[in-house]
Amino acid sequence: MSQIELRPPKGHIEVSDFALSYETLEGPVEAVSNTRISVRPGEFVSIVGPSGCGKSTLLNAVAGFLKPTTGTVKVDDEEVNGPSAERGMVFQQYSLFPWKTVRENVEFGLKMRGMPSSQRERAARTLLGLAGLEAFEKHYPERLSGGMKQRVGIVRALATGPKVLLLDEPFGALDAQTRVIMQQILTNLWQRLKISVLFVTHDIDEAIFLSDRVYCMTARPGSIKAEIPIPLERPRQQSMMMSSEFLALRRGLMSLIREESLKAMGGEINDSAMQGLSIDLHGHSLAEIL
Amino acid sequence: MSGPAVLRHQEEPVSTIPAASNTEAAPVAPAHGPPSFGALALRWYRVNKRRLMATLIGALSLLAFLIVWHLLTKYRVVFFVRFTNVPSPLAVYESFTKASHDPKFMMHILLSCRRIFIGFSLAALIGVPLGLVMGRFKLIHQVVFPIAEVLRPIPAIAWVPMAIMLWPTNEQSIVFITFLGSFFPILVNTLHGMSLVDPVLVRAAQCLGARERSIFREVYFPASLPHIFTGLTVGMGVAWVSLIAAEMISGQYGIGYFTWEAYSLVQYADIALGMIAIGILGLGSSVLIRGAGQLVMPWRSK
Repeated sequence: MSQIELRPPKGHIEVSDFALSYETLEGPVEAVSNTRISVRPGEFVSIVGPSGCGKSTLLNAVAGFLKPTTGTVKVDDEEVNGPSAERGMVFQQYSLFPWKTVRENVEFGLKMRGMPSSQRERAARTLLGLAGLEAFEKHYPERLSGGMKQRVGIVRALATGPKVLLLDEPFGALDAQTRVIMQQILTNLWQRLKISVLFVTHDIDEAIFLSDRVYCMTARPGSIKAEIPIPLERPRQQSMMMSSEFLALRRGLMSLIREESLKAMGGEINDSAMQGLSIDLHGHSLAEIL
Repeated sequence: MSGPAVLRHQEEPVSTIPAASNTEAAPVAPAHGPPSFGALALRWYRVNKRRLMATLIGALSLLAFLIVWHLLTKYRVVFFVRFTNVPSPLAVYESFTKASHDPKFMMHILLSCRRIFIGFSLAALIGVPLGLVMGRFKLIHQVVFPIAEVLRPIPAIAWVPMAIMLWPTNEQSIVFITFLGSFFPILVNTLHGMSLVDPVLVRAAQCLGARERSIFREVYFPASLPHIFTGLTVGMGVAWVSLIAAEMISGQYGIGYFTWEAYSLVQYADIALGMIAIGILGLGSSVLIRGAGQLVMPWRSK
């Protein structure tokens, strides 16, 4: 692990003037419009928004699966051009290879890089140890619980030492207790590896608890509605979720998303003053500002 | 046999709450003291109770079938269907003991097996790669698929006259018909397997640095294997159907020919013997394929 930590901080994500539309028979449909986000090296940034707002689309563009219609996606000043092992990705559906054991799954990225198998085996064991999974290295994914599967998914994405980690609602399919544990594990790994994280979720608590900054997106076509710094101290504890600071952030984000969800459902409530609002707390709680 | 000790591991909330280190070992199977033989036998019985019952019922059912067959032929029942000339199980057994010492009977069986082996292997060696490539590359799919769709509905038996014209020897045309019978199920199922490959798995592989070739080998191929084996199983069944038909029409040897010849020579017991032999050979070959499938896909065996 030490090699990863000694490298100069990398993993600067810069998405500017981003728009993405699909061609349909009725003409182009805009999924994401006029979006600009950035993740600084080592930063943990979340994107929240109503379902269908294009947050996953945005993430897939950073991963290199989708090309922006206009604008650019850059990582460390290099334009993203297709998927690569430099940007690790964790999917909601786990997406482990069912025909590979836990260890073979983790080794996959290293194998693709041509690392000899004895070396890969050692690296995979170390990583599995970090996630408390070494006892399961010979299991096939089918026999693991959801939380364990996703731990393998995260470890697999980290195995190649990517500059950034992209997570697409990774804990969406897990029960509440498991989810809390997974959030702790992810935070731990992130702090150890000093990697940049872009995290997509619809769970507001999760976004606040994990992130340095949260982007809130508008309903379709998605764009950034607000950018909210999370000044909670680290390491974060479960108990913080009851603090007034946390609850104030939660209330603020809730109302932002509720508005957009209603809009997405065709609701009438529309507060245009909120459009493009960027909130900087300067030590105040969000509730005071709102 | 996995005893009850190897249960599915649950998420363990206590041991992995990551304080300073979360490297604590995950739960291991609880350690039992060495159990006595009686206790082991009892446990084995409890675990396998259902399977034992199923085997027993299956055996009883086969026995009942033999008894009904015996009674129907003994009393020469005529009730819509005529059992007047149908050989009894005992007569068939007698003709089996006679045939098992007869090298000619063995030769019929071996020849049929050889034809199946060659025809089926060729079909698998061509059908599987073709299906994989068609599933991956649209152009190849667009070129090959229409031809396959037109030829596929033609039963292998309908190919007999054409096969005789195409191939210089009888043997070759019979193998060709066996090949045709198994080729299309193998091709179609491989293609189907390719179309069902989860695109998220392909993305996951791309994110881990896999290129086209590795994705084909590490994702598309293993993901399609279950359907490929379905194709091989179905293909093997159709191969036997086609082979027997071809042997009955144009053969001089083979178990299909043996069965047909028995009818011409009024050897009624041999008809049933031939049929049973075909049934057992078909069953045996599909068991072989299932076994191969379990070897190749260890992740699917429970």
